[in-house]
Amino acid sequence: MRREKIDVLVIGGGAAGMAAAVQAANEGVKTVLLEREKKTGGVLNQCIHNGFGLHVFRKELTGPEFMEELWKELSETNVVVKNNETVLNILPETKEVIAQSPEGMKIYKVGSLVLASGARERPFNSLLIPGTRISGIFTAGVAQKMVNIYNRMPGKRVLIVGSGDIGLIMARRLKIEGMDVVGVVEIRAEPGGLMRNVVQCLEDFSIPLLLSHTVIEIHGRERLEGVTIAQVDENFKPIGGTEKFIPIDTLVTSVGLIPQNELIEDFVDMDPINKGPVVDNLMRTSVDWIFSAGNNVAIHDLVDFVYEEGKIAGKYAAKVAKGERLPKAKYHFKRGRNVGVMLPQRFTATEPFKIYIRPKRTLESADLKIGGKTYRRYAWKLRPSQMIDFIFRDFESLTSKDFEVEIEVVENG
Amino acid sequence: MDKKIICIACPIGCEINVHIEKDGKMKIQGNRCKRGESYAKDEILNPKRVLTMSIRVENGEMDLVSVKTDGSIPKKLIPKAIEYLKGVKIRAPIKVGDVIVENLLDTGVKVVATRTVLEDAILQLSNK
Ligand code: SF4
Repeated sequence: MRREKIDVLVIGGGAAGMAAAVQAANEGVKTVLLEREKKTGGVLNQCIHNGFGLHVFRKELTGPEFMEELWKELSETNVVVKNNETVLNILPETKEVIAQSPEGMKIYKVGSLVLASGARERPFNSLLIPGTRISGIFTAGVAQKMVNIYNRMPGKRVLIVGSGDIGLIMARRLKIEGMDVVGVVEIRAEPGGLMRNVVQCLEDFSIPLLLSHTVIEIHGRERLEGVTIAQVDENFKPIGGTEKFIPIDTLVTSVGLIPQNELIEDFVDMDPINKGPVVDNLMRTSVDWIFSAGNNVAIHDLVDFVYEEGKIAGKYAAKVAKGERLPKAKYHFKRGRNVGVMLPQRFTATEPFKIYIRPKRTLESADLKIGGKTYRRYAWKLRPSQMIDFIFRDFESLTSKDFEVEIEVVENG
Repeated sequence: MDKKIICIACPIGCEINVHIEKDGKMKIQGNRCKRGESYAKDEILNPKRVLTMSIRVENGEMDLVSVKTDGSIPKKLIPKAIEYLKGVKIRAPIKVGDVIVENLLDTGVKVVATRTVLEDAILQLSNK
């Protein structure tokens, strides 16, 4: 088995990992970036729509363009990028990482680590899928890859279940490619994705959105022949008498993303709501040499934020690899009213940092309160589909003796 | 007359209210930045969109290159633009930013590549 000693190892070559590797290398340490696919870029590669980069690059880019900006940054550093390499295990006691590469197994002895393993798609209610392997059912990401990378159409007539952003974007994409897109069904009473995507992906193309509806039955033997949809009540239970058969040969599912943390979840503190590691404002996990950034920490809406987190993780991972002592994250946030996904959960109170929060439910207008003090008034609707971000720097006002700071989003209507 | 518009100029998606007076003057409320104002005006007078899609590639490492309109084009031209771009085929290599169509349907808007597509390595060898 080959052994290699490096300063910073970054796992995952998507936006967060590339940004982390660039930043670590800029700090002057030996940095290796591992990507399991044959090219870096992650999901950006297949997201050919625009809307990326407004925060970071001050211009509106498509996914591949954002990716190429990162490739440019990478090429100006001496990061060693290793494609086709999959991490199998992290050994926390010895700071070793075991990877499978085309040349065989490898062991990396690392100074520090950045985990940027991203997310995978949540499968649609597998109970509904008949036992036989029926073809014609795809997750939105898989359909996106087929259409945008491999130039293959998933079918002729499609229904989309779930109105997450990827689902909305795929509805438009498949319509542009000439598929008959019969509609999008969403089990909740409001769309899962951003309003701008409801407008520009559905309304612009006259694609119907059926809220409070879901697929309750799947028909067909080898190829999908149709689905039965029904309206649901507040508890998401189908309402009798509302069933309707929709003949389709393709079902595209977009029912959410799940952070991928199998490599660390056994030995770092995990946040049950984010479904990712607990991190501080330096993007450090509960293990002081393991950092993490991007969609495996929590699902983000914007790649720009993922990129910024990657930069922070890379910077501090490099410092740890150099043997610098980082300040302790003495403070921690306690989730108060309406706070769903949130990061970071701990902070050092040594430098300003961004807090990201997803409200648990839609709020008409609300105040962001930290430690009881109002820091921001939102005079508009806050939705779970959109993360709010806020730069926190007011550390003098932190009076709590137990270093616990409550954070809440309170309706002020 | 009042019209409700959701601004799509950025991910925030402000709900903008446009009040149109009898003389055509517009009063715009609910936008959180300047871009929302021009978006709302356009949306009433001449809705525009950026189109992103992909175009077929010959002898490339991929069969498709993703493209976008370099500015927004009138919304009503989108179906025509899609049809037109489906008929376009270009040869690799292509670099990000390369102009693929100079003037899309006389809108004055360019269509540019949004990714790099290199030549297929195997094809490249057999051509040598
Ligand atoms: S008005 Fe400004 S802030 Fe609001 S959605 Fe439009 S561009 Fe974004």
